[in-house]
Amino acid sequence: MLTNATNIQTQTLPNGLTVLVQAMPWLRTAAFSFSLPGGVRCESMDRGGLSGLVCEMVQRGAGPHSSRDLVAVQDNLGLDRNSGVTAAMVSFGAAMPAESLHQAIELYAEIVRRPHLPQDQLDEARMMSLQELRAIQDEPTHRVMQRLRELHYGDRLGRSPYGTEAGIGEITQEDVRHFYTDNYHAGGGIFAVAGNVDPGQVIDWVAAALGDWKTGESRPLEPRESGECYEHIESPSSQTHIGFAFDSIPYGDADYFKMRAAVGILSDGMSSRLFDRVREKRGLCYTVAASCHSFKQAAGVFGYAGTTPERAQETLDVTLHEIEHFADDLEASELERWQVRIQSGLIMEQESSASRASSLASDFYQLGRTMTTEELEAIIEGLTVQQVRDHWVARPANQYRLVTLGPEPLDFSPTAADTPNRC
Amino acid sequence: MPEFRETTLPSGLRIAAEIDAGYSAAMGYFVRAGSRDEVDSESGLSHFLEHMMFKGTDRRSAADVNRELDELGGQSNAYTSEEQTVFYATVLPKFQDRIIDLLTDMLGPKLDPEEFQTERQVILEEIAKYEDQPPFGAFERAMEVYFGPRGLGRRVLGTAESIEAMTADAMQNYFRRRYRPENIVLAAAGNLDFDGLVEQVEKRTAHWCDRPQSPEPAADDHQTLPAGISLDRQLSINDANQAYLVRMGPGPTATSDDRYAARILASIVGDEGGSRLFWELIDSGRAEVATVWPHEFIDAGAWFSYLVCAPEDTDSNRRLMAGVVQQVAADGVGAEEFQQAVNKAAAGCIMQSERPGNRLFGLGSRWLTCNEYISTDETLQRLRALDVDQVSQAAKRYLTQSGEEIVAAEFGPVNDE
Repeated sequence: MLTNATNIQTQTLPNGLTVLVQAMPWLRTAAFSFSLPGGVRCESMDRGGLSGLVCEMVQRGAGPHSSRDLVAVQDNLGLDRNSGVTAAMVSFGAAMPAESLHQAIELYAEIVRRPHLPQDQLDEARMMSLQELRAIQDEPTHRVMQRLRELHYGDRLGRSPYGTEAGIGEITQEDVRHFYTDNYHAGGGIFAVAGNVDPGQVIDWVAAALGDWKTGESRPLEPRESGECYEHIESPSSQTHIGFAFDSIPYGDADYFKMRAAVGILSDGMSSRLFDRVREKRGLCYTVAASCHSFKQAAGVFGYAGTTPERAQETLDVTLHEIEHFADDLEASELERWQVRIQSGLIMEQESSASRASSLASDFYQLGRTMTTEELEAIIEGLTVQQVRDHWVARPANQYRLVTLGPEPLDFSPTAADTPNRC
Repeated sequence: MPEFRETTLPSGLRIAAEIDAGYSAAMGYFVRAGSRDEVDSESGLSHFLEHMMFKGTDRRSAADVNRELDELGGQSNAYTSEEQTVFYATVLPKFQDRIIDLLTDMLGPKLDPEEFQTERQVILEEIAKYEDQPPFGAFERAMEVYFGPRGLGRRVLGTAESIEAMTADAMQNYFRRRYRPENIVLAAAGNLDFDGLVEQVEKRTAHWCDRPQSPEPAADDHQTLPAGISLDRQLSINDANQAYLVRMGPGPTATSDDRYAARILASIVGDEGGSRLFWELIDSGRAEVATVWPHEFIDAGAWFSYLVCAPEDTDSNRRLMAGVVQQVAADGVGAEEFQQAVNKAAAGCIMQSERPGNRLFGLGSRWLTCNEYISTDETLQRLRALDVDQVSQAAKRYLTQSGEEIVAAEFGPVNDE
């Protein structure tokens, strides 16, 4: 189906940094996604927010560049940049006109290898972190989904990348320096590039800039078993915000795409089960959705619905009913629509170097290898409705974690969720 | 280089396309129907009608519309602003005929009364959703105060009061008044068969000019406020952790010669990744957001300033922000920061142009409002042709005038300086 067969070059340098490159010669741009295993999991429990603060501090001047110089160089190269931490990784990325890539690689090598970590700017960076923390307190959807992640994944894997007020307040220059020294190294790092580039040349550039960087070990992820639970956050909000999660399988699992197809049929698109039956047929809410989330060893399906308090109970009951009865009336046409959606998305991904670079990095982190677009297309095309149904029946959604935010708590028990007369 | 083609059908419907050989094709109907075209009793109607376009036609049920959109993969959606309503989709080129058939059919909605009642609830939920989200209606309030609560100041979603009072008859009248072929552009970008597109659209829309006309509605009584509208400069928000300040003053219109200079000025003053306000207020940890941007309308313009910070820091940050802005207005911009902003904008323009789905919106809106096509390369030329003086002049023009300020926060009134 694709006119340009995917050719991905992979090379792991002796220090453990893996370079992934895909040429997309029809574009004018290039993009990279550079991740190191220095995410939230590396923080001690009483320093919540440290990984994010270090990610900010390394960008406040590096090598020959002051903080302001760095931004000037980045802007002049035309870098549309981002950075941030997740539980697993700290990541830096940018999309740019293709001719800027070489200098961008050299610049980010300076940032991760020779940051100034200026002590006199620690308080300013700390204030920035506190600003972000306060900002998300005003976002009810974020509050619900963050609490849900904590309940689902446990205190360490599920903790917020934004940290805690107490943790951020305690961080010292020593903490920053130690965290940087221990967790910023080439071991387990991924440097993914896509765009109008010569792959051999890109590998040489990355090797020259980062090949002699020190290596190191990274702390393993520690998933925690958790059980069914419900927590309500009282708030004078206009809507009741409902977040729910249940156990699932990670991206690397052989059955992953059967589950992903099921969640897609539930939630992707305007004819999906949840959109059609909760919003379109009943008018219960504006937003209702579910999606898959995956670490290497742990995973979950996370869902959200926002609705006015008087209709919140019905929204919850209808939503959970749809999930539980998913396999009852599953039709082949539903799977076919989802397959067309994914295939179209894969083809259109060829139009964006940033999107492709990020997929390369994510596949490699999850699977330990890259996947070509053709391979993924073949897996999607090969799925049958019987496989999707059988998988769902064999691994039904259970052990719900539920978080609501609003004026009143809801009634939540497995029986309430399954009461047919509510639907 | 993409090829530009356009035509006007006998009905008055215009078609504009930017054709290349990419992986996808983006298409959308752009309609001159926005909140500024509504009267008080129609407040929120353009947007409500946008939702109803997905609710079935003579040939398709609501479920058919949603199912077929999904069958064609890609991304499809719609949005409503003060000046237009847009229905669009990005699909693989092989689906061109089918998506055009579907989008064109959707523009002849059945407006079923039962679907109307169900969708009213969805709109009320959408209004409630935004009430819970920062900045808690501060932008809508700023528009209402600055432009007045009608015309450009009329809120796109309407109010709970206006949506509860809405009737299907009013919607039918509004549809007949605004969705006339001369008010509509079909725009397309990407890998397209233009001649096939024109032929198909001409056939499918020929009957649009036979639709009955509706009379203009009675004019509003400007001595009263529309239902559910308040013009208080302060919005009291329960439980808000931060204060949200929105300031509005005059800005360039969509046809002002200095609109490119104004965009570069906004980047120098307020870009989130490294601008004068960034270094003064964000990098220093004083505020979460401190930025400015111009917003161009067809015949008016606005210059927004936006500050988000801890409530107790509001006064000091407002002073700092005013200081930055006054200095740029008085002294102009520097050569280095000017070049940096131009380079950044040019790169952004190149990256943004790669997906036909991104190019569609500029193409369609521009053709709808100005009958003008500006290619990516021409935009780049205009950016690169700017000089420091033009941007400094824009600073004098747009940064020195007084405006209106709105504050959303939990605490009591903020004192003016």
